Amino acid sequence: MADPETEREALFEAVENVAARIAAEKGYLTDLDSAIGDADHGTNLDRGMQSVLDQLEGKEEADADEIVKTVGMALISEVGGASGPLYGGSTMHASQELADGVTAESTVAFAEAFLEKLQDRGGAEVGDKTMVDAVTPAVHTYKKSIEEDDLPPLEALAKAVDACRRGVDFTVGLRASKGRASYLGWRSVGHQDPGATSTLFVLEELLATAEAYLEGDTDTDASSPTIPDDDPEGAAE
Amino acid sequence: MVGLLVVSHSADAARGVRDIALEMGGADARIRAVGGDVDGGIGTSVTDIQSALSDLLAEAEGVVVIADLGSAVMNAEHAIEALGVEDSVVVADAPILEGALNAAVAAASPSATLESVREMAEEAANTSKV
Repeated sequence: MADPETEREALFEAVENVAARIAAEKGYLTDLDSAIGDADHGTNLDRGMQSVLDQLEGKEEADADEIVKTVGMALISEVGGASGPLYGGSTMHASQELADGVTAESTVAFAEAFLEKLQDRGGAEVGDKTMVDAVTPAVHTYKKSIEEDDLPPLEALAKAVDACRRGVDFTVGLRASKGRASYLGWRSVGHQDPGATSTLFVLEELLATAEAYLEGDTDTDASSPTIPDDDPEGAAE
Repeated sequence: MVGLLVVSHSADAARGVRDIALEMGGADARIRAVGGDVDGGIGTSVTDIQSALSDLLAEAEGVVVIADLGSAVMNAEHAIEALGVEDSVVVADAPILEGALNAAVAAASPSATLESVREMAEEAANTSKV
């Protein structure tokens, strides 16, 4: 990205936008969670993001990785439910990928490290009806758009948001096999997963923030412009 | 000496499980209980888990953690990583009450090790009640 000062400004703006969005959707997220969970996702995440804002005070001169690490640490200390270790722990772990600043390459590494920690900590796979169902297609689409399709980061992020949205829709028809919803068995079917939903809100706000700083097409969907190579193994190298 | 840490979403539940386990663990048992989120509501707090682990490790060479639901386990795992005590603290994959009871009995043995206590806790998953 640009100079460190613009980078900091963009990161702070992104955090503020995410916090405002979570505050606005607090009731909706908690409603989703009362259908299939313990009815605290909206309030927990909102409390966590308010604590993030507090913890970031005085960090205006910090480097990108430290800002993002602070976000993760605040979430994990403040949120008593699963979103603390999942959002917070994964963000903390992935923040080290931004040690040399925010670039197309470092954000791909961040996204991959986030997903890796998320799956390691929560033990969920795609199809378990958790935030993994939203994060996985977003991360895969972002990585492929940058590394294979050479798209500008803003367009790659727009595609990732669309992929995430499809992942959120996918959770509706699934029977939960991880998290509190799994105790409900078949009763969990027909409800949208709250964690997947908040993931989409976060990514939508990151995209909205990035639009102010980057050039690129955001009127796009997750479908790929490329025709798959005959030799997918070779193409991945 | 192997210590035990009971982690529940409810502070009351954690204390209750500890009290029941203490009956089996003898006078020297080192068992702590943490539960509730930072506001005392239902949930768990990484900070509380970390300080309980530090206290236990001051008087025991290892600690077996027995937790209730998902985020209690995740927060315990995070606390272990944050403290860098992966070699001396393990999370048992065990039902919280029966696991804590078994672990308290195992920890009272003079030859108890981190592994023997964890194994006994995990065997509780196979306990038949009726």
